Amino acid sequence: MEATLTDSLETTATISVRDLRVNYGEREILHGITFDVNRGETLVILGGSGSGKSTLLRTLVGLEKPTSGQIWIKGQDIATISSSAMDEIRKKIGMSFQGGALFGSMTVGENVALPLREHTRLEESTIEIMLRLKLEQVGLQGFEYYMPSQLSGGMKKRAAVARALAMDPEILFFDEPSAGLDPIIAAGIDQLILELKQAFRMTIIVVTHELASAYLIADRMVLIDKGNIVAIGTTEEMRASTQPRVRQFLDRVAEPEVARELDYLQMLTEERRRSR
Amino acid sequence: MQFLSQVGGSVTNGLAYVGSLASLGGQAAYYTFVAPFQGKPVRFQRAVSQALDVGVRALPILSLITFFIGLILALQAAYELRRFGAISYVATAVAISMSRELGPLITAIVVIGRSGSAFAAEIGTMKVTEEIDALETMAISPVHFLVTPKFIAMAIMLPCLTIWANSMGILGGSLFGVAQADFTFTRYISASIDSLFLRDIVSGLVKSVMFGITITAVGCLEGLSTGAGAEQVGRSTTRAVVMSIFMVVLVDLVFTALFFFISEH
Repeated sequence: MEATLTDSLETTATISVRDLRVNYGEREILHGITFDVNRGETLVILGGSGSGKSTLLRTLVGLEKPTSGQIWIKGQDIATISSSAMDEIRKKIGMSFQGGALFGSMTVGENVALPLREHTRLEESTIEIMLRLKLEQVGLQGFEYYMPSQLSGGMKKRAAVARALAMDPEILFFDEPSAGLDPIIAAGIDQLILELKQAFRMTIIVVTHELASAYLIADRMVLIDKGNIVAIGTTEEMRASTQPRVRQFLDRVAEPEVARELDYLQMLTEERRRSR
Repeated sequence: MQFLSQVGGSVTNGLAYVGSLASLGGQAAYYTFVAPFQGKPVRFQRAVSQALDVGVRALPILSLITFFIGLILALQAAYELRRFGAISYVATAVAISMSRELGPLITAIVVIGRSGSAFAAEIGTMKVTEEIDALETMAISPVHFLVTPKFIAMAIMLPCLTIWANSMGILGGSLFGVAQADFTFTRYISASIDSLFLRDIVSGLVKSVMFGITITAVGCLEGLSTGAGAEQVGRSTTRAVVMSIFMVVLVDLVFTALFFFISEH
């Protein structure tokens, strides 16, 4: 409690990213990204395939090491902190992966209870109650004894959200929450995110390329293209933006086909040259 | 010049590989021997279920293979020994070569095929489906959660399997001894036991513990370094089997040489 109080006095930003650069081998994926995420807001990171938005998310939760730059989460720079301090931060964040990433060898209940069993000394009966609560929050009550393979795609995602919620995180990350789901189920997941936002005032960061869901859940949006931030602003600001790249993405205009092919060829030949 | 740089490159890669195996083994050793005193208990339940998988379920196939190997050894030894009228030494030959070398080695190879490949496939699939990433974002170390129980299971079960394999090999040899070399079954077994020194058995068991650790390290490392995509899981599994066999033979050579020079003094 104390930490959150002092934090809120100092700044309203829960996450501050400063000049973040990330490399995969020789290739730079993110070219100096800077933005803030405010406490309690829902930030949607938009971008096309290969724009670097997933890399950004993976770096924010500490799965990729930045080449340079800083990521301040709750007042600590996760680019430089020790692994035990990183573990403490990780206990305060939840992440819902694209495919759910539920452990196939455990039941849904065991999956959701895993962080509690690992990181708390709660009694088994208490864990049972919390487990029921979390499953109810995502609309999966009664499914604790099912195996992940017996669940549909949408239910897997819900179960993954329940697992991400297990430790009552302050920040929740979503990687492509509606990918691979039909529109109705995807709308259900959006609804779930909205409910979480209203009920718990959680800071939520969502990576997606689904415009409809972005408009619905976002307080602010960041548009990323080729490893750079093209635009950042509230949903209304983005809608009103006249920047060509933003308009192209929001109005879903295709790239000129020929230019793309040439780019692609050029990229291929460059890679050849480099690997030699 | 280019040849030299290629050789240098392969040697560096090889050393780096052994280094990452050692690092994984070191982390597992930390979670087994140090972390329990810092409030991170070892997952015995997982280790036991792994041991069941690695050990008990391997018994039927291992028994069959080592029984045949024992029989083959007896036949091969007798082929040479009978020329000197020394066919009664078959029992000695089988007992010593099983417990010093073939028992541990055949056990290791069976376990590589059954478990080393399974480790790589299991962890590789978890890597592809982001389950390993999920563990990390939940502040659960994949090495603690997944790898350490496998190390414990293998380091305990391989020597047990090896003892079983040795006995089955001797039993296989006895089939030939009784049928062709005028042994009675009890005389064959007591001749085998008399011919064995404790150091023969112990050196085989020490090797088998090292084999168990090596197979786990290779299988888990290949699994953890799986790239994206389902076909990468297949590649990791293949690599795990090939590299495990190679590493086991290498470890075998090192320890056999070590025992040879120790026993000299």
